[in-house]
Amino acid sequence: MASTEEIAPEKYEEQHVHEVYEQIASHFSSTRYKAWPIVKQFMQSLTPGSVGLDVGCGNGKYLAVNHDVFIIGSDRSSNLVKIASQHQPHAAIVADTLALPHQAASFDFAISIAVIHHLSTPERRTEAVAAILECLKDEGKALIYVWALEQKDSRRGWDEGSEQDLMVPWVMKIGKKNSPSGEATEKTFHRYYHLYRSGELESNIAAAGGEVVESGYEKDNWWAICKRKQIES
Amino acid sequence: MKVLTLNFLTCAVKACKSSSDSFPLHPKDCELVSDELEVNSALLTNVLTRVDWKALTTTAAELGFPTLPATPPTPEELAGDEKMLKELHTLLMETQINEGKLVCGHCGHEYAVKEGIANFLLPNHLV
Repeated sequence: MASTEEIAPEKYEEQHVHEVYEQIASHFSSTRYKAWPIVKQFMQSLTPGSVGLDVGCGNGKYLAVNHDVFIIGSDRSSNLVKIASQHQPHAAIVADTLALPHQAASFDFAISIAVIHHLSTPERRTEAVAAILECLKDEGKALIYVWALEQKDSRRGWDEGSEQDLMVPWVMKIGKKNSPSGEATEKTFHRYYHLYRSGELESNIAAAGGEVVESGYEKDNWWAICKRKQIES
Repeated sequence: MKVLTLNFLTCAVKACKSSSDSFPLHPKDCELVSDELEVNSALLTNVLTRVDWKALTTTAAELGFPTLPATPPTPEELAGDEKMLKELHTLLMETQINEGKLVCGHCGHEYAVKEGIANFLLPNHLV
């Protein structure tokens, strides 16, 4: 675990996740516009008028996929929410994944794409899955995406046996106009990630009281579609 | 923030969620603006079947809008009544809370809305 003994996980994430996104928001957003195929397919399969959540919506790129449903996106970064709120007909609010301001059992669907891998303890990652599941109606489904440890063909080259908790650099290019020195330069930020092993996302879902409907691997990421476990009567 | 959005929001404090007083949140000192948006009748008609009409009635009254009918229009009624569709579109999709507060009726916490964006991050003592 990357969090140290002295720092509470929420403080650690504040410093190594939230503050970084707040600072890189605009540059990050300009690089995040292409919808991943599995997510696009999930969003396009929804019934018109469905109401759902995009937990950790970032710049709201998935709010652009389906205009016949109503999505409330939420993110910790107000700079990213400002960008996300421009996607009509949807909505975007600033909120914490572990304290979502939504009614239980009220939503047709939820997505959380590349978000819960930023939480720094297994308990908090499971709690995040539970928080998302809690918002779903009985028949509601959530699609969760996380970065995979097993990605030996990626630019990063991590694989089984690599460290799972790490700081990943984000290099932001700063143009002449915005640079104090007047010269084009770059600045490196580090974000905390927990890279998921095969089967780990499914374990989080089970521990959160959910059941996996379908799961798989897509380009360096693990994904799972899950729902609340139905209590047998 | 759309009036429709308020129908899907409650207090972020865990202890409030089980209380019926926490929903809907109450707008306070709100400045409203209108953002023109194209009518999507399929979206609106189907979203209405998921809207908590009683809560919407409360929200509309608190924001100073004329009283809504006692029951929501059915999809059939809406299909034959373009005026009603347009009015609901204006209220739910186009009317925005630009500045103001949203207050929980259970704990009294006030969430700020600034430049159209509501902030639900809790202060430490409420987490």
